[in-house]
Order: sequence, then structure tokens, then C-alpha cells
Amino acid sequence: MPRQLWSFLALLLGALRDLAPIILVIGFFQVIVLQQPLPDPVPIIVGLVLVLLGLALFIQGLEMGLFPLGESMAHAFADKGSLFWLLAFSFALGFGTTVAEPALIAVAGEAAAAVAEAGLIDPDPESRETYALGLRYTVAVAVGLAILVGVFRIIKGWPVQILIIGGYLVVVALTFIAPPEIVGVAYDSGGVTTSTITVPLVTALGVGLASTLGGRNPLIDGFGLIAFASLTPMMFVMLYGLLY
Amino acid sequence: MPVLIQLVDTLWTTILDVAPILLILVLFQVLVLRQKVPHLRRMILGFIYVVLGLDLFLVGLEMALFPLGEIMARQLTDPAMVGAGDGGAAAGLAGLDWRDYLWVYAFAAAVGFSTTIAEPALIAVSLKVNEVSGGSVRAWGLRVAVAVGVAFGVSLGALRIVTGWPLPLLIVIGYGIVIVQTVFAPRQIIPLAYDSGGVTTSTVTVPLVTALGLGLATNIPGRSPLIDGFGLIALASLFPMITVMGYAQLGALLARRAARRQAREDS
Repeated sequence: MPRQLWSFLALLLGALRDLAPIILVIGFFQVIVLQQPLPDPVPIIVGLVLVLLGLALFIQGLEMGLFPLGESMAHAFADKGSLFWLLAFSFALGFGTTVAEPALIAVAGEAAAAVAEAGLIDPDPESRETYALGLRYTVAVAVGLAILVGVFRIIKGWPVQILIIGGYLVVVALTFIAPPEIVGVAYDSGGVTTSTITVPLVTALGVGLASTLGGRNPLIDGFGLIAFASLTPMMFVMLYGLLY
Repeated sequence: MPVLIQLVDTLWTTILDVAPILLILVLFQVLVLRQKVPHLRRMILGFIYVVLGLDLFLVGLEMALFPLGEIMARQLTDPAMVGAGDGGAAAGLAGLDWRDYLWVYAFAAAVGFSTTIAEPALIAVSLKVNEVSGGSVRAWGLRVAVAVGVAFGVSLGALRIVTGWPLPLLIVIGYGIVIVQTVFAPRQIIPLAYDSGGVTTSTVTVPLVTALGLGLATNIPGRSPLIDGFGLIALASLFPMITVMGYAQLGALLARRAARRQAREDS
């Protein structure tokens, strides 16, 4: 037990180092720039202890649970050898992790408000809700397709830059024809879709696949899935804005 | 104990957030793969750690840092604070120009950098990279490179809200730089650099950066928080690609220099 305790202490120390910059920044701006007194220290200290414990636990859990899980599923799919089921799994993973993502629900609501303000849809709550829901499903389908295409790329060994840069060119082209009100939302939607639990899982899946298949370099072929997952939502949200 | 209530509340939302992922994993495992999972108990324990850890992390941030950070974002963007230095407040808002917001850009950069260093998803990816590359891409170096990119992106985003520059123009220029760098950067860093764009903006960064954007767009005349408040996240996920490739290019350049010097000393 003591050995595990020591390794957890090391994780806590690492978490403290990760957090130090935020504490310094907030302290500096609060005291020096804004010249406000520090608020009640008790919740701050309790909160910081919780953050430290949480970060250490999360990293411990990554190494024990999420990473091995993603890799073992990649190996199992490679063993099974069915391209259809692997791609079905990829789509389901992308779609399922995105559709209920709280950050996306928030952004979809704001987008509906922005579009209603611009007069593109009726401002009543009902049509705004329909718009937001449609947007959420659009983004979820986009992320599902992104993981699907990304996994297919790993299997084929295609270079990632051709697909991603091609995708960016499409995004730029769409920017000129999409309604301007939706463009900012579309750009931001790429960033909000990849949650803290999805990222390690998807990364482990990609690296696991690249190291199981012969002739692939895990560094070159294994990464890139997240990039697809943040590219396609931009495209699909602008298309949604165009067609809706 | 309000802390306990908040912990249980957040735990519930975290579980709801994880539920679809878990459902998909279990369905495919049971119906399609039908293989025994190695170290199943350890894995389940790890999953529980991840959910609990995220719960504690979020509640702690909510208690200790977010309220303060959000209040600060609002105070810094407040016209009285912005113009306080040189009597600009007396001149009224219309008399302010982009130079009066220097503290806002500094705050944007500092918040972008420091929240990215603490971002759990980025820690996960950098651990994996360290492992896969056999230590040739260092976890800490990657994280600092990404954080510098986010700092620059958020700061530029704040400048954009103040000056009213069009977002698409900045994005297109950024992509242009990314494309040029892709041609010259070491090949094995490229997928990773592209990934780091999407990884950076989650649990810690988004709430604080959004608060800053809303504060700026609300306080600056002629800006609508609904339309101009967006775009900070987009810039924050664009610039890490540039800085990560730049970091690798710098490393390659230094290695070439060292090799050349070595060769000269040998001869």
C-alpha cells in the first residue's frame, strides 16, 4: 500500500504544478491590477484541494481505465477483421459522445438565439428549440462521420494533412456563402465538441489501431482523429445554416 | 454542507455525460466483439476514478476559481477600469481606442496559457504522446507549446472584438500559415499538431474564455454579445497548431545546428 500512496502523492504534486499558473494569474490580476481584496479564503482553499484530488484521480483513472480500454477495443476490432463493424463503432462513438455533450447544448442554444436575433428564424421559443435540436444532431452526425473517416484513414495509411487541409479549404469556401450570423458559431463548434472523456478514449483507439496494424507508425498514423472531430462540425454547421 | 450537495449534483451530470459512451462501449463489447476484456475489474475501477476525479475537479474549479475569474473578466472589460489609467473614462466610451485595453489582452493571454496547462484532456494526450514517441516528443514541451498557442489565440480574439476585425479573415490567414508550416514541419509532428487544436478547449478553458468574450462584447459599443462574443474558442484552437509545429521546427533546427557544430569539431 505505501508504494501506491507514494505514487498518488507524486500525482498530487504534479497536479499542484499544473494548477500553479492559474492560481498565480488570478492572484496577480486580483491584487496587483484590479487592486481588489482577496475574497473569503475558505471556499478557495477547499476548492483547490478538491481540484488537486480530482486531477490526480483523473490521471490515475486514465492509465488504469480509459487508455487500456481504448487500446483493447482497437485490438479486438483488428482481430475480428470486420471493417463494417469497426466503422459502425467509430460512427457510434463520435455520435454518442457528442449528442449529449453539455457544452454543445449550450452553444446550440446560443446559436439559435443569434440566428433569431438576425431574423433568420422566428424568434418564438418553439422554433428556436427546433433549430437548436437540429443543430445538435447535425454536429453529432458530423463528429460521427469524422471519427469514421479518421479511422478509415488509419487503416488505409493516408497522410492526414491532405484530408485536413482539403477540409479547411471547404470550410473557407463555405465561410463566404454561409449566413454571417452562423459563421462565428460554426467556428466555435469545432472546439467544443471534444470532451475530456472522449479525447483520451479516441486517442487510445487511434494509437491502438495504428500499433496493431502492420506497417503503421503510431505517431504518424495514430493521431489525427481529434483533428477530424473538430473540423467536420464547422463544415456541417455552416451547411446547416445554408440549408435551414 | 453545500459542498457535498454540489458534489453529488455534479457527479450526476458527469455520469449522464458518460452514460452514452459507456452504453456504446458495452453494446459493442457484448454484441459485436464478444471477447473477454483483460483486467476488467481494474478497468472499471479506472473508469470510476475518471468520473470521480472529473467531478471533484469541476466542483473545485466552480468553488475556487471560476467565480473569481468571471468577475475579473467583467471588471477588466468594464469601461471605468479600461479608461481609468489616462482619464479615458471622462472622454466616454467613444473616445477609447484599442490601446486602452492592454490589460485585457494581457489577461486573455494569461488565462489562455494557465487554463491550458491545467486542461485534463491535454494532459491525457501529452502522456500518450510521450509514451508513443518513446520520449522524443516531451509531454511538458508539448503542453507549453499548446498553451502558448492558446494564449496568443485568446489574446488576438480579444483584440478582434475590440477592433471589430472580421473573424473569417483571421481564420483564413491562420489556416494559410498552417498549410505553409505543414509543408516544412517534421512529418511525425503534423497529426499531433492538428489534434492539439481540438484538445485544448474543454473543461477549464471554455468557461473562463467565454466569460471574457461576453464581457468584452457587452461593454464595447457597437458589439453584440450574440454575434461578436463568438470566435475566441475558434482562434484558441487554431493557434496551437501553429505553435506545436513551430516547436517541432525549432527542435529540428537546433538539432541540425548541433549536428553541424559536432561535424565541424570532429573534422
